[in-house]
Amino acid sequence: MSNIDAELDRLIAPGRVHRRIYTDPAIFELEMDRIFGAAWIYVGHESQIKKPGDYFATRMGRKPVVLVRDEQGAVRVIHNQCAHRGAMVVATDQGKAAEFICCYHGWTYHLDGRIKAVPLNHGYPQGFDTKNPKMAMLPVPRVKSYRGFVFASDASDGPGLEEWLGHMTTSLDDMIDRAPEGEIEIAGGVFKHAYDGNWKVYFENLCDAAHPLFTHRSSIDAAQQQSDDVHSDGAGEIAIRQMRQNGAPYSFWESQVGIWTYPNGHSYLGDYHDDAKLVAALKDPVFREYIAALERKKGKAEAKRVLEVRRWNSNIYPNVSLMSQFQQLRVVHPIAVNRTVVHSYSFRLKGAPDQMFRNTISFANIVNGTGSLVLTDDLEIYNRLEMGMSSEGSEWLQIGRGYQSDVGDAHGGRRGKNSTSEVYIRNMLDAWLGLMTKGHAAPVRAAS
Amino acid sequence: MAKRRRPKPKPRAPSRRPVLVARHRAALRVSETLDLNRCERFLQHEARLLDDGKFDDWLALFTPDGSYWVPSEPDQDNPHDTVSLIYDDRRLLETRVRRLASPRIYSQEPRSRTSRIVSNVSIEDGDNNACTVRSKLLMVEYRRGGQRLFAGTAFHRLVQADGLILIASKRVNLLNCDAPLDGIVVPF
Ligand code: FES
Ligand SMILES: [Fe+2]
Repeated sequence: MSNIDAELDRLIAPGRVHRRIYTDPAIFELEMDRIFGAAWIYVGHESQIKKPGDYFATRMGRKPVVLVRDEQGAVRVIHNQCAHRGAMVVATDQGKAAEFICCYHGWTYHLDGRIKAVPLNHGYPQGFDTKNPKMAMLPVPRVKSYRGFVFASDASDGPGLEEWLGHMTTSLDDMIDRAPEGEIEIAGGVFKHAYDGNWKVYFENLCDAAHPLFTHRSSIDAAQQQSDDVHSDGAGEIAIRQMRQNGAPYSFWESQVGIWTYPNGHSYLGDYHDDAKLVAALKDPVFREYIAALERKKGKAEAKRVLEVRRWNSNIYPNVSLMSQFQQLRVVHPIAVNRTVVHSYSFRLKGAPDQMFRNTISFANIVNGTGSLVLTDDLEIYNRLEMGMSSEGSEWLQIGRGYQSDVGDAHGGRRGKNSTSEVYIRNMLDAWLGLMTKGHAAPVRAAS
Repeated sequence: MAKRRRPKPKPRAPSRRPVLVARHRAALRVSETLDLNRCERFLQHEARLLDDGKFDDWLALFTPDGSYWVPSEPDQDNPHDTVSLIYDDRRLLETRVRRLASPRIYSQEPRSRTSRIVSNVSIEDGDNNACTVRSKLLMVEYRRGGQRLFAGTAFHRLVQADGLILIASKRVNLLNCDAPLDGIVVPF
């Protein structure tokens, strides 16, 4: 046991966390191994690889992998590394291939990663066998799709995907169930936004109901002062509605919004996007048209059930966050202890009005856009957390809000008295500590 | 640089006005053709306003239904079906500019300083009332000890109104539009 191992569980205490877990490069290395190298990591969506040969190159933690549909139509995740001398084989972000060919000496691979051909293969010593399964673009040990959302784990054993997700499968369901035809696809491009800070602070901000009023003050004020008589083609209208909503007073967050957390670090902010009172606004004719389409395809009762799921960000630890009402999905890619890139995708709901997807795009631009009037202030916060924590100021950070008023909930969950509880941070740190110190052992409750 | 009068918002761009009115105006202002020289001076003026942080004056260069677009993909077809680093209709552009003046815009605390070079200007198409101008842009942004370099191609749709040039739409194709990027706050 290294020194660090002995210290890990001293870095989290009830209601506080030591800043070192966000700044120490040695801890980051351990996280890449014990969290991103072990837990179920979201890799991509099946709509990105519709046909055999379609591939999507991405990363699990820092490791380059390829999500690919093989000749038989099966979904595979293979390490993007040549078995010969280690070159990265697939160099483009996405595309279609009949086979993968390494650019260095031409070793060629089947879509599932098995070797197909090795030039000059007579020159190797006895026992050199291109059929040896260890000589391949190695498959990631466990790959599982939940209704099209593909997760993979670099650990050969551990809890199954659905066990890991627990109650969060309902948030994935919500992404799909909102499609009148029951199918969704990634569309409309991707944002890749970057900041100089630790990956965990991004996840810890997604359910932070106490920050918009403060952090986003400049865009709230600017939107509140904006005249609605000025020309808009719809894009500005959606954006401004969203910015104004960020200005809801603390009393709103404390009385009408809830925060739910679940084992393994997951959480969601709920009630917030009640269609009747908030973002989409039931009066919006496009939204009404959408509801009609949903009712036609699914029946009134099911449509009602679907629309009554009111979740803002649903965060599946450790690397993916969903927002179902505007069909957003964000993937966190840790680059270094103090550098993170987030990829943000949009989904098209099959059977929904075209204009609805355009609203999704407008929403993506304002909430997840690199040049957004909102997100840029969040990115600034992440940078400042990094700068602040490298000081010699207080070692312990306060994450205790709601500590005494949180309550247990169904599905092994724990819920804040209201949305301003920091229970979601404590819950993530529980999972963090469990993974970092006990592998896949049941998460401890050290911090709650 | 001549001092530019802040144009009052006009209900419509001149290109949509009846031909007779347009001819009349053209007749009154024979010297004011939308030629390369004039367009280039306009772009230099715009770049200078942005470098000087005079964002209100920059906003005043746009038509009442003007738009500003920075695509997220090379060759992006439109701003409606694919996300954009920035896509502002007039209403959002006004909000963006108002926010830039806010003392609580934390992503501009401290403020960026920028230095732009606009070059290789050409008129792609158009007539005396409206034209599309293509130019190359290099912008260096300095903030809090770090400096970034942006390169790209800008397309301005320029229209004439009462002898003034206005921007009906502006598109900036960044060379690295699909790269991982830190936040973009100062417009290009
Ligand atoms: S490293 Fe790939 S063929 Fe040699
Ligand atoms: Fe925020």
